[in-house]
Amino acid sequence: MKKEEDIIMKKTYKIEVDCAACALKMEDAAKKVEGVTDATVSFMTQKMKVEFADGSDEKAVMENVVKACKRVEDDCEIYL
Amino acid sequence: MTKKQKKVLIRIIVAAILLVILHFVPLEGLWLGLLYLIPYAVIGYDILRKAVLGIMHGEVFDENFLMAVATVGAMGLGEYSEGVAVMLFYQIGELFQSVAVGKSRQNISALMDIRPDYANIEAEDGSLEQVDPDDVEIGTIIVVCPGEKVPIDGVVVEGTSTLNTSALTGESVPREITVDQDVISGCVNLTGLLKIRTTKEFGESTVSKILDLVENSSMKKSKSENFITKFARYYTPAVCYSALTLAILPPVINLIMDNPAAWSTWIIRAMTFLVISCPCALVISIPLSFFGGIGAASACGILVKGSNYLEAMSETKYVVFDKTGTLTKGVFDVTGIYPGQGFTEEELLEYAAYAESYSSHPISKSLKNAYGKELDASNVSDVEEISGHGVTAKVNGRQVAAGNAKLMKSLNLAYTENTGVGTVVHVAVDGNYAGYILISDVIKDGAKEAISSLKNSGVKKCIMLTGDSKTVAEHVAGELKLDEVHSELLPADKVSCVEKLLQEKGAKEKLAFVGDGINDAPVLSRADIGIAMGALGSDAAIEAADVVLMDDNPAKIALAMRISRKCLRIVYENIVFALAVKAICLILGALGIANMWVAIFADVGVMVLAVLNAIRCLRIKNN
Repeated sequence: MKKEEDIIMKKTYKIEVDCAACALKMEDAAKKVEGVTDATVSFMTQKMKVEFADGSDEKAVMENVVKACKRVEDDCEIYL
Repeated sequence: MTKKQKKVLIRIIVAAILLVILHFVPLEGLWLGLLYLIPYAVIGYDILRKAVLGIMHGEVFDENFLMAVATVGAMGLGEYSEGVAVMLFYQIGELFQSVAVGKSRQNISALMDIRPDYANIEAEDGSLEQVDPDDVEIGTIIVVCPGEKVPIDGVVVEGTSTLNTSALTGESVPREITVDQDVISGCVNLTGLLKIRTTKEFGESTVSKILDLVENSSMKKSKSENFITKFARYYTPAVCYSALTLAILPPVINLIMDNPAAWSTWIIRAMTFLVISCPCALVISIPLSFFGGIGAASACGILVKGSNYLEAMSETKYVVFDKTGTLTKGVFDVTGIYPGQGFTEEELLEYAAYAESYSSHPISKSLKNAYGKELDASNVSDVEEISGHGVTAKVNGRQVAAGNAKLMKSLNLAYTENTGVGTVVHVAVDGNYAGYILISDVIKDGAKEAISSLKNSGVKKCIMLTGDSKTVAEHVAGELKLDEVHSELLPADKVSCVEKLLQEKGAKEKLAFVGDGINDAPVLSRADIGIAMGALGSDAAIEAADVVLMDDNPAKIALAMRISRKCLRIVYENIVFALAVKAICLILGALGIANMWVAIFADVGVMVLAVLNAIRCLRIKNN
């Protein structure tokens, strides 16, 4: 069965981040990564939801997302 | 506490002890300063590191930077104990925040503790094997023992039991369950062993859907949250520049005016200013409030799909109801028995129930329910259904006709005109009129109270839309004291009706539509807030609605509004309180009246108070 997520390429990742402000920074950073159309970070549920652009390679994009997030908040964790 | 939190706690304790010891060390000047560097490094090394990394990455203005500049500045000016203390209290505040948030996260997941860990599959030798629910295919027979959660939606094939559905519906009365009935996942099996044939995959089951919904709800951010995000973006740089101005401008003016420059005084004031300005209290407490509100609502069987909807609920001024299944039960019940001459109520009901016993129409079901006794099929023969009229049959050897007025007319019988509201079943026995039975849709228990409590909580108008006839609609509206009724509507008319109402209302007033999820998905998505009721199992409704009530009790709407109001009130309290305290302290700091210790309160104290206030969102009185 094909789920909705497969069509618009949305994925949720578990993350670890210590403060609400840092979560906001990660969100901003992730949004700027190429291949990401939208990103939301929920500090409360410790989750990151990423919407990928059409035809982008999820793995490659996520590697850049991790890099971008580490730049703004170096002790954050994203579990791919 | 997590490992990380424990580590911070140890650092806090060590630094605090060192600080107290150093207070009694009889040294002066630079040597004392060097000693103070030890607790400073213990407590602040990670903040300093992050601040440096931030600057290197071009992310200059954040609270690490604020803290680093303020404390380094204070140390540099010989205010050693203050410098260490600011860092110490900042860390205490951060630790408190992270523990508090972790605790409330745990509380909320405990409220929603419905995730099943395994499913039992019976092996050939009769023993049970535990498997991952994800691996169970549709049509598999799973076994649920007493005390276990139903992991996947399905149909009971063997066993009877009672189910606790409170985690799903907030309803505490257990539900009886037996063979051929549908079971939804997330219920807890209380008494007997059940064998269930799964009808869905785990990922498509109710429990997964609900968890998904709750977990994603904080992703949709409210206006207040977005406000704070934007606010923080401009606020921190603005504060840093003001602090810089405060440090440089007055001394320069002093120099120009030929006064002593007093650099150190103004730099210390600038540092105080920086410490006060830290925006943590707002940044943490607002999402925490919404998260708590959503969690509290889920515990009451109200699923809110996002903080934005929780926020909108508090501004609801118009509530539009679909009638059937929302205000009324959507099932037909016998509401009146009016026997003619020579018949008792019981006889009348008995004849009607037997005559209609072969029909599967809802009306015949309600007759059977009202009759209450087992129907002996051998008593009935020669059943003939006359479409659009009713039915004739031989019951215990007597010729019975049951149906509408048209049937009576065609049999040339005088009948009593109906005076009540609803569907009428006239009955004739052996060519004599025996009376009629009134069947109507029943108003839900508590619907009236639900409407009046909505009115009490500030809703301007309660409006009902229905496809039903005008007499029925007006009867229900009168009973429930609704403000407006629109009857005899087709599904498309409902959409245009809601659109008209949306245009008429004020910009800040919100309109909620409440439906049972059957045929009203377009209206649900069109309204400001779509509320689907008793929607478990109806996928379309869960998709289209913004708020899902797990049971079908209309009183939950008022409860949801109460939760939303409380949550919003706490959010505003926190915004006003934090900004007011900070503004006052900033002014006092700039004037030199507030010292570093006041600054610490304005930062950490306000944050702790705001977090404690935010946690109140989790507690809901269920009166």
